[in-house]
Amino acid sequence: MKLTKTLLATTALTVAAGVSATAQEMANSMTVVSWGGAYQNSQLKAYVEPYLAANPGVSVTWDESSAEAVAKMRAMNEAGNVTWDLVDAVASDAMRLCDEGLAMEIDHDEVLAAAPDGTPASEDFGQLIVSDCFIPQIVYSTTFGYRPDMLPAGTEPPDSVCDVFDLETYPGKRALQKRPIDNMEWALYCDGVDKDDIYDVLSTDEGVSRALAKLSTIKDQVVWWSAGAETPQLLADGEVFMGSTFNGRLFSAIAEQNQPIEMMWDMQSFDLDGWVVPTGLPADRLARVMDFLMFATDTQRLADQAAYISYGPARASSAPLVGKHAELGIEMAPHMPTDPANATNPHIYDYEWWADNRDDLDAKFQAWLAQ
Amino acid sequence: MSAMTLTPIEKKPLSFALPTICAAGGFAGLFVGTAHGSGLIGVVVGAVVLMVLGYIALQILGPGMERPVRWGIIALFTVAGVLLAGVPGFVLGGLFGWFFAFFVYWIGEGRYRANLAPYLTGGQVLWHYAFRVICGAIFVFLITPILVVMPLSFNAQNFFTFTPEMLRFDPAGYSLKHYQDFFTSSGWQQALRNSLAIAPVATLLSVSFGTLAAIGLSSEHVPFRRAIMAILISPMIVPLIISAAGMYFFYSRIGLQGTYFGVVLAHAALGIPFVIITVTATLVGFDRSLTRAAASMGANPVTTFFRVQMPLILPGVISGGLFAFITSFDEVVVVLFVGSANQQTLPWRMFTGLREQISPTILAVATILVGISVLLLITLEMLRRRSERLRGMSPG
Repeated sequence: MKLTKTLLATTALTVAAGVSATAQEMANSMTVVSWGGAYQNSQLKAYVEPYLAANPGVSVTWDESSAEAVAKMRAMNEAGNVTWDLVDAVASDAMRLCDEGLAMEIDHDEVLAAAPDGTPASEDFGQLIVSDCFIPQIVYSTTFGYRPDMLPAGTEPPDSVCDVFDLETYPGKRALQKRPIDNMEWALYCDGVDKDDIYDVLSTDEGVSRALAKLSTIKDQVVWWSAGAETPQLLADGEVFMGSTFNGRLFSAIAEQNQPIEMMWDMQSFDLDGWVVPTGLPADRLARVMDFLMFATDTQRLADQAAYISYGPARASSAPLVGKHAELGIEMAPHMPTDPANATNPHIYDYEWWADNRDDLDAKFQAWLAQ
Repeated sequence: MSAMTLTPIEKKPLSFALPTICAAGGFAGLFVGTAHGSGLIGVVVGAVVLMVLGYIALQILGPGMERPVRWGIIALFTVAGVLLAGVPGFVLGGLFGWFFAFFVYWIGEGRYRANLAPYLTGGQVLWHYAFRVICGAIFVFLITPILVVMPLSFNAQNFFTFTPEMLRFDPAGYSLKHYQDFFTSSGWQQALRNSLAIAPVATLLSVSFGTLAAIGLSSEHVPFRRAIMAILISPMIVPLIISAAGMYFFYSRIGLQGTYFGVVLAHAALGIPFVIITVTATLVGFDRSLTRAAASMGANPVTTFFRVQMPLILPGVISGGLFAFITSFDEVVVVLFVGSANQQTLPWRMFTGLREQISPTILAVATILVGISVLLLITLEMLRRRSERLRGMSPG
């Protein structure tokens, strides 16, 4: 055990120091876990294909299992058989995996490339490094899309998250994610709670009841979704008038599939997605993963990813490099959740609060759903 | 249709014919009305229209004018359909018109009794047709979800939606791009290769072990036959998720998890019960004196098995094999646990695809798989008939 640890540490150091490790030390295949769909495609185009082109003989197998990353990594750990090399996870999952010791702690400055101007990685990513195990890639947001053609005649398009709760002005079904996160905050905000006090109010039992009571006013008009692809499908079908989902999904439906959908960015909820490395990888596989990570998270690669999907790169130094969509040729910056015009009134989602309260609120939310 | 008339038919009184036609019209109107916003209006309009049409056809014009009246009703419904829903309405309206033109005379002239025994009471006649309608409705209920998938797989858009272009039968609304995606995407092709590499080998193992087990268990001198049978059949009875979780932890310990051979073994275990059941059923009709006869002529047991027993139970073996093949080919739970990303099969890919990106490529794959399943089931049915024929000819 001790020997393995020393080996791991030395390998990681060798790679981090930029000493080119010889091919024998690195495994030739990698199993990368991601989300599938347009997001995985952006990763493929922006850094996996270039990496494979630079390293012939290496192969990457995709496993589209990020949605159950936590459960599967627990099972793998229990069975003593870790088959994944690199896992794409949202920040909250990364934190749980880190707390349980299933994801490896990482020294960001040693493992990741510095910005072109020499800024160390930890400063370039800044506050987005929410966990010692987490290597951020993108900032995405959960926000709303709606069908302008389904607006009642003479009505202004919705421009506030509270319009979701306004059934009189905006009749029709809404799609909301089947979890308390975001929905509870939006409900309290629209019930008159000040933005800065939301989590204080939500920490009390009365606050929770108040949020659920607000959600109850629209409950019979809500379609609950659990997969990101559902809301675009429901909107395209005209099954719902408006619905929340990840902004990249809406961008894809609007810009790439030409669906009659509009964005509503008010109170969009920022979240992070990034890599975690499972603990207990053999030295050769770990060396390959570290080599890949160094390449895939550098400034240019993260900016390249934004040419395929409208998620903001997690590095500050990547932002000025964001260009046009790779196929459509439209400027991507105005479609980023972080664009100033879109981020006029964002909701800052509190990871730590949710990490502490998730189980409790999940239980209450599920009980409310079943009523 | 009217080759044999059991009962002389007679014209029915309007007091019976009109309410019946009226009710049928109301029932059809319910669906049309619901599709256009108000079921109630649909019922009323449907009932009134059919009542009027029935009256005109049966009372005013009479059976002499049947042919022109029938065409008139078809034309009327077709025009109404076009006004309501355009091109799809044309097709549906035509079908409705054809049906009601037939229905009005079928009821009014009492033709519905023609092929039934003359002594049946009114209630029995009603039940005779109600039974067929219920069976038809169940059939439609079962088959519609599968049929709906097929046109959607030709959608030109990337959503599971009947677009206005599709409903207008505009060629621009249809495309083969999802089939193209299936045949050109490396992910789907890899999944297809994996499925084709896993299913036949798993089937081969299931058939070999299952047939041997069935033959062994059908001879009387094997102790604990029932208990052994129950254990072998258990993968069929235990909830799949429990088998899968058990296999995951067991295979992980012995290094089979995430390997090709591990998935093949797991699928073979799932397929064996099907083979045992079908082969055991065929063995019931197998005459054991044949093996004794073969033995008396000097054949050893192996020769007897391949030359005498196997040909006779072959239909059971093959149908069991087909079930085992379909089980492996359609299986998603166990492979999610036992397989790793390198063994992604078609159902696995469809499962993750449905969750992460609702793409009609899944529907294209589904359509292809349904086609394959239909072919396999037809084979199965033909084998069953052959086996029945053979059994009819076999001695004893």
